[in-house]
Amino acid sequence: MVTEQAAVLSPEAMVEEFQKNGVTHVVTIPDSETNYLYELMKDQPWLDVVPASREGETFAIALGLLVAGKTPVVLIQNTGMMESGDSIRGMVLDAGFPLVMVVGYRGWNRHGVITDTAARYTEPFLNAFRINYYLVEQDADSARISTAFEEARATKRPVAILVGDEYHGFNR
Amino acid sequence: MIHAEDVFRVFQEHRGDAIVIPTGTSGRRWGEFSNNENRDLNLGGAMGQTTSAALGLALGLPDEKVVLFDSEGALLMNMGILATIAGKKPQNFCHILLDNECYATTGGQPVPNAQEINYAGVAKESGYSSAYSFDDLEEFATNVEQIMQATGPVFVAIKVVPQIENEPIGMRVRPPTRSRAETIRDLQGELGIGAD
Repeated sequence: MVTEQAAVLSPEAMVEEFQKNGVTHVVTIPDSETNYLYELMKDQPWLDVVPASREGETFAIALGLLVAGKTPVVLIQNTGMMESGDSIRGMVLDAGFPLVMVVGYRGWNRHGVITDTAARYTEPFLNAFRINYYLVEQDADSARISTAFEEARATKRPVAILVGDEYHGFNR
Repeated sequence: MIHAEDVFRVFQEHRGDAIVIPTGTSGRRWGEFSNNENRDLNLGGAMGQTTSAALGLALGLPDEKVVLFDSEGALLMNMGILATIAGKKPQNFCHILLDNECYATTGGQPVPNAQEINYAGVAKESGYSSAYSFDDLEEFATNVEQIMQATGPVFVAIKVVPQIENEPIGMRVRPPTRSRAETIRDLQGELGIGAD
């Protein structure tokens, strides 16, 4: 028997939040859990998708876009976020720009024991870098995305959105 | 090999209004030759990620020419960026690699496969619009105008004489430079960014 998540986070809700907050670019490495979101983003004429080769690039590309006056978002998985430690330090925290980073919370679950180390170390990693974060699991949580944008703008710091969509991902 | 100062002296004559991002040990001398400080940008560093930041700037300012003076040690840490740049095809981006074949700032240890790797070849096969290699100043001087006119992304690899530093970090003399925040503020002021 397949267990279904009662409520999901739809790609449309995420894209709507991006538009509401003036996002111009999404710098990303697509993964299997965000494939449908990737396709939807590419269809938006107001949004430029910038595919990167490795996650560390995404934060630095975002810095260049911020200097140019644009509003980028970084969209990666938690494994790639951990790979990006020095880029987060040197290109985001030290630079003093607001940046929302949307992070796929691989391995996270609400109902059982977390065995995937990718999930186990995600929040300790963010805490080590003093990066605040919000968990978003379903459409009803999507207002937290705007909260993250407001906080990033107010503090000129990165703020993370952890996408904890337990079963659904962004596939269709 | 060419002295980086000579590269800068020749390049400066063809710079026009380009935004210039100097990096690495060789890039420290750019300030002596620049004729437009407000368009010189320090994007900081993080294990080769300045190249990525330069790409972001070029994508965000498609009507401005963006020239990056990169170093081979940094590029080797982040070689995938060549495919990322080629994938987005920023027509306004000129990527100049000052290749001194070593980690000059840590005493001159050679980078991996320093003398055999063909950086221009890697860039071209990654999808850059064009790529050049120079180890002769006159040849670079003959081609620089064409390079600056070319549709990007353009890659230029230049063999330069290393400026090796062996003194402990705390004892090194550094010329006064503007901070990253100052260069960003000045560039944004020049371009009217955030002035609403």
